[in-house]
Amino acid sequence: MFQVVIHGRGGQGVVTASELLARSGFAAGFQVQAIPSFGSERMGAPVVAYTRISTERIITREPILNPDAVIVQDPTLLRTMNVFDGLAPDGWAVVNTRESPNEVREACPDAPRAGGHLATVPADDIVREYLGRPIPSAALLGAFAALTHQITLEALAASINRLFKGKVAAGNVNSANVAYQWVLDHLGQEDAGAHGGIAHVDVDRPSTSELPIPIAGDPEVTNA
Amino acid sequence: MLELLEGSQAVARAVGLARPGVVCAYPISPQTHIVEALSGMVRTGKLANCDYINVESEFAAMSVSIGASAAGARVYTATASQGLLYMAEAVYNASGLKLPIVMTVANRALGAPINIWNDQSDSLSQRDSGWLQLFAVDNQEAIDLHVIAYKVAEELSLPVMVCMDGFVLTHASDVVELPTQEQVDAFLPPITPLEKLDIAEPRSMGMMAGPDVFTETKYLAHMALVGASKVIKRVADQYAAHLGRDAWQPVRVWGPDSPSERGGPVSAERPAQQGEIAVIGMGSVMGTMQAAVPRLKEQGIKIRLVTLGSYRPFPARSVREAIGTADRVVVLDRALMPGVGGVLSADVRRSMARLGIPMHSVIAGLGGRSITERSLGKVLTQAKAGELGELEFMDLKRDLVEGAG
Repeated sequence: MFQVVIHGRGGQGVVTASELLARSGFAAGFQVQAIPSFGSERMGAPVVAYTRISTERIITREPILNPDAVIVQDPTLLRTMNVFDGLAPDGWAVVNTRESPNEVREACPDAPRAGGHLATVPADDIVREYLGRPIPSAALLGAFAALTHQITLEALAASINRLFKGKVAAGNVNSANVAYQWVLDHLGQEDAGAHGGIAHVDVDRPSTSELPIPIAGDPEVTNA
Repeated sequence: MLELLEGSQAVARAVGLARPGVVCAYPISPQTHIVEALSGMVRTGKLANCDYINVESEFAAMSVSIGASAAGARVYTATASQGLLYMAEAVYNASGLKLPIVMTVANRALGAPINIWNDQSDSLSQRDSGWLQLFAVDNQEAIDLHVIAYKVAEELSLPVMVCMDGFVLTHASDVVELPTQEQVDAFLPPITPLEKLDIAEPRSMGMMAGPDVFTETKYLAHMALVGASKVIKRVADQYAAHLGRDAWQPVRVWGPDSPSERGGPVSAERPAQQGEIAVIGMGSVMGTMQAAVPRLKEQGIKIRLVTLGSYRPFPARSVREAIGTADRVVVLDRALMPGVGGVLSADVRRSMARLGIPMHSVIAGLGGRSITERSLGKVLTQAKAGELGELEFMDLKRDLVEGAG
């Protein structure tokens, strides 16, 4: 069983991310479970959601205490709570931040120590560019796919297209694509962040047709 | 076909498959997603021949349900927590009038202090209302249970609460399988009420009963619930046979070696034996408990799980049989009677009065406190060592209560 904890704030699509992740695992034939942990819902309050992906039927209902991977949707959480609580030193983590993996490790002692296990992704910058709204879920799940190989980018895109339509779907799939590529390009560069923001990505910003997977209904792809 | 569905969406679709003629509800967390989905199904015509009635309160929701059911319609409503308390007067009337209403209770704590999270205080507070209360362990059971509930309700002409843990089940996305419309139609024919209000043939329902007949009326209500157990078991078995797969059961027993037999043959239901601890509970906690069984077995702690799907009627005989010759009984209580102890454990204690086996009530998961395999394991390790008290509050933060008050 592979267990993922997603941290974020109300309004950032944490619950949707948990479901997208489960749906992507389900599409590949796995048993899955997505449990949001609700507080008194309000924008900006810390929110956590849990996703389990397993080859066997999932019967437990407890919150995930020892995740195999952690996804952090909001960089401000890194210094306000221990988002990596219960994560093994060789666990996996995807963090939405412009900081480098080593900068995150400096701030968070429980962040994954193993090289290549912590991916920092400027997901806010990516979604600002490709989605036009500050919801980094899909980008981070794209990064998660590249980091852990627990889900495929294709399954993620299919899940996104099932949940969203039109521009929003295309924007999220694009964001997932770009973040996926970001992780492939930067993983293991433990001191490399993206302090310049999306500008760094822009330098070698892939044209949509060069992204890992083509996007149905996207005019750029159709023309390519 | 297996699908990944949020619990509430799955339940809404299961209710839709039962083809209710009237859906009436007032929103309250964590039940709201269910009736929202149903209102959408009525609006778009997916659920045909159904009136969706918006009301101004839970009291009105149950009152409209009573009226619609008395007129012969198949009725659905849903509530939780304070909403159930607000409709309490009408809840008793529905059962007294023998109306086969099905109501989902998305189990939630009762205030004050206000708390939106899960425990089972709400429906258990209505345990003497004369309604049947059937509990789901997971969302698959919740789906099956709604179809079973209509069949049972209409055969007995009694209302049924389908209880499912709020948020833990209602808001979780799980892999589930809905029956097809054809399967449900074949299992659940259109309602044929025993009695109904009909202007062509006027009659009265719910007349006053004086001292001369009140005791007899209550006796009959008691006997109706006593006899309900057999009907529930038969209908549950029929449903499983009809679908050709495992489904909800009023009582389930799993041994220390058969935790994966969930969904397996009913022959796995053997009584507990010497050297075993019988753990009794209702709802989603039993899934977590079951997941903890193999690790406990490695530590030499043998667990016999007794999951109660039926709380009202209380299956006292099945519980007694399941306890067998266990060393001790641990009841996982999700609701508290202040000054007394656990609600469920009081029922269990009554059913095992002469067995002479020690029983422990563990108050767990009040107001959404997470129930973890680790904490359950700790409690059962203490039980095995003879160190567990008669009444324990799992994961109680001693530092918070000491010095308070």
